[in-house]
Amino acid sequence: MTMLLASGEVLSHKKYGEHYHSLTIVTPDIGERVRPGQFVSIRCGENRASILRRPFSVYRVHKRGGWASTIEIVFDIRGPGTTHLSQLRGHSIVDLIGPSGRGFVLPKRRAHCLLVGGGIGAAPLFFLADELRNEGHRVDVILGARNSGLLLGAIEARRLASVCRTTTEDGSMGDTGRVTDVLSDTIRRCETEVVYACGPHPMLAAVSRICLEQKVPIQVAVEELMACGYGVCMTCVMPLRRPPKRDESPEDAVVYARSCTEGPVFNGAQIVWNGAADLVAVDQGELTPAGAPTRHGGIEDPSDEHAPPGN
Amino acid sequence: MAILTSRLGPLDLQNPVLAASGTFGAGREGSVFVNLDELGGIIVKSMTVTPWKGKPTPRMCETPSGMLNAIGIQNKGVDRFISEDLPWLLKQGATVFASIAGNTVDEFVRVADKLRTGGRGIAAVEVNISCPNLEDRNNMFSHSPAATAAVVGKVKAALKRVPIFPKLSPNVTSLSKIAEAALNGGADGLSLVNTVFGMAIDVETRRPKLAGVVGGLSGPAIHPIAVRAVHEIHSNFPHVPIIGQGGIAGAEDALQLILAGASAVAVGTMNFVDPSACRTVAEGIASYMDRHHVTDVAELVGALKIEG
Repeated sequence: MTMLLASGEVLSHKKYGEHYHSLTIVTPDIGERVRPGQFVSIRCGENRASILRRPFSVYRVHKRGGWASTIEIVFDIRGPGTTHLSQLRGHSIVDLIGPSGRGFVLPKRRAHCLLVGGGIGAAPLFFLADELRNEGHRVDVILGARNSGLLLGAIEARRLASVCRTTTEDGSMGDTGRVTDVLSDTIRRCETEVVYACGPHPMLAAVSRICLEQKVPIQVAVEELMACGYGVCMTCVMPLRRPPKRDESPEDAVVYARSCTEGPVFNGAQIVWNGAADLVAVDQGELTPAGAPTRHGGIEDPSDEHAPPGN
Repeated sequence: MAILTSRLGPLDLQNPVLAASGTFGAGREGSVFVNLDELGGIIVKSMTVTPWKGKPTPRMCETPSGMLNAIGIQNKGVDRFISEDLPWLLKQGATVFASIAGNTVDEFVRVADKLRTGGRGIAAVEVNISCPNLEDRNNMFSHSPAATAAVVGKVKAALKRVPIFPKLSPNVTSLSKIAEAALNGGADGLSLVNTVFGMAIDVETRRPKLAGVVGGLSGPAIHPIAVRAVHEIHSNFPHVPIIGQGGIAGAEDALQLILAGASAVAVGTMNFVDPSACRTVAEGIASYMDRHHVTDVAELVGALKIEG
């Protein structure tokens, strides 16, 4: 499961729905290894004006067929990095690091799994859904976004899920409201045994809270700002609560774990969500990994592009 | 073929390209991509006498040609460096520069003492004096000649024969005065430069982009600042070994620092982009030397030509 510095060839670039772009990249070494919830960090050109890689969670892996071991990422244009990626066409060469981070843990016995995605944060959940279904688990899905144009993969989700619910804040598709408005009800109706979520911080915090109340295990993929994506820069840390040692205050039992290495998938019950409050205040654009639970793949506004999971 | 072996004061390096502190951890993560014995050396992430948790997030934002960070030296402490990282690094054949930090002179001395007794195999120590000094209203040590001299003097006394390289901040009125203070304190050489103070604001929320409000700017944006700093110090103190660092993205950037007077260079932010950047820079220096018929890096150190 070691990371690689690899190059990949763009097989196709297409618009995906109203707002998103999809890049399919031929990169066998990464495609054969990557697990759901892991991400890749892509260099967005040689331009020194915007140097950092952008993290993207893997949306789909195509392991069979004429183009075996391609990975697909989806992103929205947020800044210079994602603008560059949106201009790539077939045969463009991209420089990637991956597969990075720890992905989702799949249930050991057959289980009812509920996947909850916010906007482009839903990206890694489709790869996860494929793997869960291959292993015989039941997959239910809740997708939410501000409006129908920002929902990612609503049609696909309907096809692959036993129960699929969508929510939009403006009521343009599905229930009016947020994923958390229908979460408890869905958990009850689907007899959910584990929840997997990826999306913006406030959503992940609220989903984790509800799952704790309902006593359902919750794995979240976070979208944190990353400079390096391979464990050295210490910028993408999440505050995690661990059991206090003897004579240790609860405050001391909070550790900063790297989203790129110990994450991007964390136990939602372990994250100190209010400790991450400041994160929510700043839109971190492109530097969060797409598909990692936190942010989406196409990080483009420089301050926005550097977080991995959601996109 | 050019020979890259380089002399940095009392040290012999197999090539002049080091990984800068805080950009390569203690080598484990990067070793997936590059053999550590191929590097001129690794300046490990700064260590403190007790573990530091670091600052809240966000700790980073990208800025034009660089990035701002306010990480707060999150590290597991010198004891675990000695027990976990150092033996592993030495086994990889790495040339190890420890980097030490603290909030009081005494904290620096305690780290230095632990390295003297437990740090066998360390080539040198970089002293990260860009830390708030709790005994001086949180002013950075590196911004005061007196505080610089005090820390450097005590650390040198504690480390005895291990060479020390205080890392100076460019955010000062007279870098030469700080350099002089460090050298009077017993510095064996100087690291130039640490990050440049900066700040960025999210105009939509009107909040700072870093939780720490201000941070350190690094990356290609600061390279000319580093070149100027190395030039100034090398001109004023021509015999002092300098590790030039700040914004190196390729061999040309490294060569500028060497021509300005650096005997070795350290690649920083670019390690985030390319974990094998140090190797690429070293290879680029070798090909430059071949092209210019230079056989020894020392011929390039301070070889800047200024008319008149």
